[in-house]
Amino acid sequence: MSSLQATAPGGPRGGISPGKAAALTEGRDHGAAKRIVVGYGFWIFLISDIIMFAAFFATYAVLTDSTDGGPSGRDLFDLRTVAIETACLLTSSLFCGLAGIGAQARNGRMFQGAMAVTFVLGAAFLFLEVREFAGMVEHGAGPQRSAFLSAFFALIGCHGLHVTAGLLWLLTMMAQVMAKGYREDILRRILCFALFWHTLDIVWVALFSLVYLVGVAPS
Amino acid sequence: MSLWGKLGWDAIPLDQPLPLISSAVVAVVITGVLAWVLVKGHLPYLWKEWITSVDHKRIGVMYIVLALVMLMRGFSDAILMRAQQSIAMNAPGFLPPDHYNQVFSAHGTMMIFFVAMPFVIGLMNFVVPLQLGARDVAFPTLNSVGFWLTATGALLVNISLVVGEFARTGWLPYPPLSELAYSPGVGVDYYLWALQISGIGTLLSGVNLVTTVLKVRAPGMSYLRMPMFCWTTLASNLLIVAAFPILTATFAMLLLDRYAGFHFFTNDGGGNVMMFMNLIWAWGHPEVYILILPAFGIFSEVASTFSGKPLFGYRSMVVATMAICIISFMVWLHHFFTMGAGADVNAIFGIATMIIAVPTGVKIFNWLFTMYGGRIVFTAPTLWSIGFMVTFVIGGMTGVLLAVPPADFVLHNSLFLVAHFHNVIIGGVIFGAFAGYEFWFPKAFGFKLHEGLGKAAFWFWIVGFYLAFMPLYVLGLMGMTRRMQHYDVAAWQPWLLAAAAGAALIFIGIVLQVVQLVWSIRHRESLRDRTGDPWNGRSLEWATASPPPMFNFAVLPNVEGEEAYWGIKQRAKQQALPEAEPDYVDIEMPRNSPTGFICAFFATIMGFALIWHIWWLVGVAFVGAFATFVVFAWRDNHEELIPAAEVARVDRANRASRSAALVGAAAAT
Repeated sequence: MSSLQATAPGGPRGGISPGKAAALTEGRDHGAAKRIVVGYGFWIFLISDIIMFAAFFATYAVLTDSTDGGPSGRDLFDLRTVAIETACLLTSSLFCGLAGIGAQARNGRMFQGAMAVTFVLGAAFLFLEVREFAGMVEHGAGPQRSAFLSAFFALIGCHGLHVTAGLLWLLTMMAQVMAKGYREDILRRILCFALFWHTLDIVWVALFSLVYLVGVAPS
Repeated sequence: MSLWGKLGWDAIPLDQPLPLISSAVVAVVITGVLAWVLVKGHLPYLWKEWITSVDHKRIGVMYIVLALVMLMRGFSDAILMRAQQSIAMNAPGFLPPDHYNQVFSAHGTMMIFFVAMPFVIGLMNFVVPLQLGARDVAFPTLNSVGFWLTATGALLVNISLVVGEFARTGWLPYPPLSELAYSPGVGVDYYLWALQISGIGTLLSGVNLVTTVLKVRAPGMSYLRMPMFCWTTLASNLLIVAAFPILTATFAMLLLDRYAGFHFFTNDGGGNVMMFMNLIWAWGHPEVYILILPAFGIFSEVASTFSGKPLFGYRSMVVATMAICIISFMVWLHHFFTMGAGADVNAIFGIATMIIAVPTGVKIFNWLFTMYGGRIVFTAPTLWSIGFMVTFVIGGMTGVLLAVPPADFVLHNSLFLVAHFHNVIIGGVIFGAFAGYEFWFPKAFGFKLHEGLGKAAFWFWIVGFYLAFMPLYVLGLMGMTRRMQHYDVAAWQPWLLAAAAGAALIFIGIVLQVVQLVWSIRHRESLRDRTGDPWNGRSLEWATASPPPMFNFAVLPNVEGEEAYWGIKQRAKQQALPEAEPDYVDIEMPRNSPTGFICAFFATIMGFALIWHIWWLVGVAFVGAFATFVVFAWRDNHEELIPAAEVARVDRANRASRSAALVGAAAAT
């Protein structure tokens, strides 16, 4: 079928110019536009991701008092660090949004600049989180200490892993835009990345409130 | 820690002849097939047309092939267990306890995750885009990734036969038995990583099919015009999206316990074993509806097609399906009534369980009324459907019996329970999958399966089923618990011998199905379907050729009511005119991609390395998988164009074949 490809009407880089073909999911004859389908599908995926977090949340709620004689949240949580983490992550979402506007406007400097700031803030968040974890482990409050700490490390760590994956994805998107420009499919991926990043924010708001704030509240 | 982690020569079970011989046979078969493929030069064809295919029809067929092959494996485990229990009266039998425990664990794992799941997902993949009047699923490459990750899971479970061991913890690894303290070997790790990887594949497939049903439909195909199978697919995949993440999280916790010394489900450190039961069944109960709902859809299609009538109570069927979808999340606790939740909680979940039987009853009556007054054609799919209705009602009633907590206290973990869930899974899911297999086979390959052999296989299956599982109800009431390697109650043995005879009859049924397939392939010219509509069907998959062209429909159909294709046929009859040739346009289709296969390759290596603690290999495989994603993302052309002339050529040939067949049929009558 590659011979067909060669004879296809040339868009940029030999791709198919939109509108000339009855596309798979796009075009005059059926279904929603591809951008809608991709965004919709990614939302469905994000819902499943949120359900996974819900399972970890539920576990944390069950185990929060199972400290096995070890330290509890009140002994361990340092709200100052967590506040800085929260500020980093929420601000990074602002820049992620700006990057989206930059991509829509085909403004390379704005897109790449805002993505870079998003990355730095996300990395700072991760750094603080890893430092918090390392400090706890150092004080004998690692995940092996008690079921409460297992649930805490798994819940926060799951979010941290998502942020790590998001950072890898972010760098890939910066490189792709640099190499390929603002192609339709790349814009769709930027949309998905932004949805992902904002979802991590929403999950963090829940973590911050239900784990840290409730955790230090006087009983 | 050595270079190869925990892996050493002692991982090969040289002292156990049975797994060694069976794996040697499997190895010979696989090598033989590979050699045949290579020598005959089929590899380029397989690679281009199947392995790298992103066509939903091909992927659906591959899912079903996987399911059928794994059915052989799972069934051979069943034969082993039936044989062992037939002779293990006051005797050790031929399977040592250690091996017997692996056999029943592998049997359950295989049958649920690698037979029932791929079978129904394969059918949904193949049929749903055709029924919706679409050219493919929403995300074709993702579809391929999902399939190959499922295959990875199946491969890992089968590798455990030769390298190391499989779990001895049952099909759901209840802690604390599955914790490192009591299961220090790699068996549970094989189980967990195989299911984590295939679970990701299932989730991707769920996301894909939900998006397809909700967003990719032919013009005019509104929700209440969709065939019933599309509705049950939607419900089933919504359940996948909502339930599988819970499974992933639960297994992640058990893995953290085993690999990193966490205390989620351990006896010490404040761990909570009951949390595992709650989490696993919060996935597990929706899972049984993930399996049965698509089967309900198949029976709906079969009942209405072979009764020559529209489905009775279509809208009530839609409501019943979606009701099951929601209530299935509210009954999970009935899997552990005996574990001390208290009378009030048990009562609530018992009542919820009885309530969920109501929409299922609605469905049974709808099928009966669909058939009532119809001109029923007794094809093999019809037989499977009628067999299902009788069998499933029995299984459903024993289920409602088990939903009564006091009765459950007596029957919990007995063979009565084993009989119940085989009654609904074989009598529901497997009968449904076979009905779908016979029903859509001509659509997939362009020729029917031999009718007589199909019916013979059905009779052996259903008689074998009753003979194999009705005695288990009796044994359960006599007090025999599940998973017994040997026993000392003489009164049980006759019933167990009857069950073994039933398994032998099912075996003959399976042999007949293999014969049917081989015979039908060899005589395919005489079984050819030239019209694309061999059963006088009612939905859009029958509007296109058999097998459908890669793009499914030369021109997308315009849907003007329920039972889209039936309407088209009626209008054509009234106008007594041959269908006018449409205006052909270029069609854009996704290009094939090896992404799925390569991802699965790295996933297999990563899973194996994680099981055996070969950490450097985990890193290598992860980098490989990530690189595959980036290379895929760097592709410039995701689609290829099929020119209008080519579309016209394919479609004209199909039209010519169809009208020749119709003229021939008219001349014959």
